[in-house]
Amino acid sequence: MTYLADVSALTRKDLKVELRARDTLPAMLLFVLSTLVVFHFALPADSSKAAAYGLLWIAIVFTALLGLSRAWVPEQEHCVLDGLVLAPCDRSAIWLGKTLATLAFLLAAQAVALPAFALFFTSLDPTALAGVLLADIGICAVGSLMAAVAAAGRSREVLLPLLLLPLTIPLVVGGVGSAISPDGERFLLFLALYDGVFAVLSWASFEYVVTE
Amino acid sequence: MIRARGIEKRYGRRKVLAGVDLAVREGGFALITGPNGSGKTTLLRILAGLVTPTRGVCTLGVDRARVGYLGHEPLVYRELTAVENLDLYGRLYRVPERRERIGMLLERFDLWEARNELVSTYSRGMVQRLAICRTLLHDPDVLVLDEPHAALDGAGAALLERELAVLAGARTLVVATHEPERLERLATGRLALG
Repeated sequence: MTYLADVSALTRKDLKVELRARDTLPAMLLFVLSTLVVFHFALPADSSKAAAYGLLWIAIVFTALLGLSRAWVPEQEHCVLDGLVLAPCDRSAIWLGKTLATLAFLLAAQAVALPAFALFFTSLDPTALAGVLLADIGICAVGSLMAAVAAAGRSREVLLPLLLLPLTIPLVVGGVGSAISPDGERFLLFLALYDGVFAVLSWASFEYVVTE
Repeated sequence: MIRARGIEKRYGRRKVLAGVDLAVREGGFALITGPNGSGKTTLLRILAGLVTPTRGVCTLGVDRARVGYLGHEPLVYRELTAVENLDLYGRLYRVPERRERIGMLLERFDLWEARNELVSTYSRGMVQRLAICRTLLHDPDVLVLDEPHAALDGAGAALLERELAVLAGARTLVVATHEPERLERLATGRLALG
């Protein structure tokens, strides 16, 4: 229970900081909407559904990347991460709190982006929506860890895409597969497996990322 | 209580600390002095557990939950208020009667009136006083303080020194400072680096 209370306190803190600073979510919303608008005009009218889903996933991955690139900025100002690392709570709670907060921002961006996608291109069926949700969890779980690794270096903006994009390839494959394949449930299972494996790996390795 | 033997720290080829020994008994007050770049901050970060030495052994004799660390940076969120920052740390450190303790510290360090203002609106001296409150919040047994007088005005420095005088003898303190004359009367030992 103490662990969950720590995670809850850290997540609420992240949401509060973002509500006040408004550094991340507006940028994510603007980016995902403008990307969909650009794709709407760039893609020929007779394009396939598969092409539209491919573009949706490009928009989702880069929107998440935008949010993750700023995920640890509040901790870098005034070196707050040192303070959190020194606290006697389990250090993985810091990662989980950040993952949940980033997931909340990504879901908020998608609450606007998915209706816009349905308006410009095609609507998503429940399997495709489940694919988006599962991929979001995977992106935020592994992304929060990679963002912490990148934040420890000097060139955060360059390092994060290099670390994260290769790891998101299975998520894009699973997400697009869940939307266009007649056997979409298999891709959902694949995404759930990815989420489970990478969430456990990130949870277990976070301590080594934030301590020298 | 604090025992550091043969502490060496390298960053790449640069040797920041070379064979530093430090022993502070329980209730002792050690002053760390030395010019800029002599490794004071690195030594304190090693003592606090934030940095691993390249060589040597360092033991504090207490759990990390019982250590209070005041660094060059205040370790508080700019977009939270003083109360919100201390409440977060209070939860993570499992401080009993958290609200009372936070209120008492904010009053003691003259931040009560500004308690609900964002830290981003604070002056540097107010941020330092908040950082001292954060360090003392969980009533630590070992205090590791790096330049605690930094950015404090006369009144703030007097508050800090009064607090340190109360803690001296009852808690184990290691303080790095460029103004050793301010704390010499409380110190039980001194380590000069560089």
